[in-house]
Amino acid sequence: MMPIGHYLFLSLALFLIGAIGVVTRRNVIIVLMSIELILNAVNINLVAFSRYFGDVAGQVFALFIITDAAAEAAVGLGIIIAFFRNRETLLADEMDLLKW
Amino acid sequence: MLDSVIFYFFAGIAVISAALMITRRNAIHSAVFLITTLLATAGIFLQLRAEFVFVAQIILYVGGIMVLFIFVIILVRTDISLPQVRSGPQKWIALLVALVVGVEGGVVLWLARKLPGQGLLLPNPAPADKLPPNTEELARGLFGAYLLPFEIASVLLLVAMVGAVVMAKKRTDA
Repeated sequence: MMPIGHYLFLSLALFLIGAIGVVTRRNVIIVLMSIELILNAVNINLVAFSRYFGDVAGQVFALFIITDAAAEAAVGLGIIIAFFRNRETLLADEMDLLKW
Repeated sequence: MLDSVIFYFFAGIAVISAALMITRRNAIHSAVFLITTLLATAGIFLQLRAEFVFVAQIILYVGGIMVLFIFVIILVRTDISLPQVRSGPQKWIALLVALVVGVEGGVVLWLARKLPGQGLLLPNPAPADKLPPNTEELARGLFGAYLLPFEIASVLLLVAMVGAVVMAKKRTDA
């Protein structure tokens, strides 16, 4: 079995790819998908530590994070649909209603 | 040996399709590549002997959340003719920062191997044949020590469901 550093580095790589996606993409749906990727990267850390310590708590928290991701996706997509109905666009740069 | 082959196989698929996910123009293509990443991550969960999280990942993430995403992408019109990636220095700053953080993490993980007693890097996990049955053990944790967070998660899901319905509903009075 490999040292746990491999899993941590994979998790870091996926997290950074997700962060780049959040910062650089203009389509809000893809920004939301990048956030899902970030949450998923954190899950790898939790499950890897759970395996290496032989303690199930990490997997329990991974399940809670999956639950959170589901709730976040539902609310986020609801906001996107409401926004699209009002402004007919999905570009993040157009979302400036609160800018003055 | 076999463990590391499986790990590098799934890790390679996960990283490559994640990189493709944030670079595709078409939102549907991005969603499909994100599904590939999530499935590869599920494979890594299985390699880590976390069978229940593996199944939950496939059923919830791929079968639930991503179907919701694709449904919304189909529902709204996406302007694929418009430039999809922010122009200007933002992209390069983001890449530079990500590169710096990645190198920093790599150096930290590499140095941590040199700590006395291997530091946090735990080279020897619990032996695989001594592990308790995964689902049983998970249920003991979920309905024992973590019962209150479990109940709170159900309240969170209820609130999110009501919120999503309210926001996606068509306003007739306003």
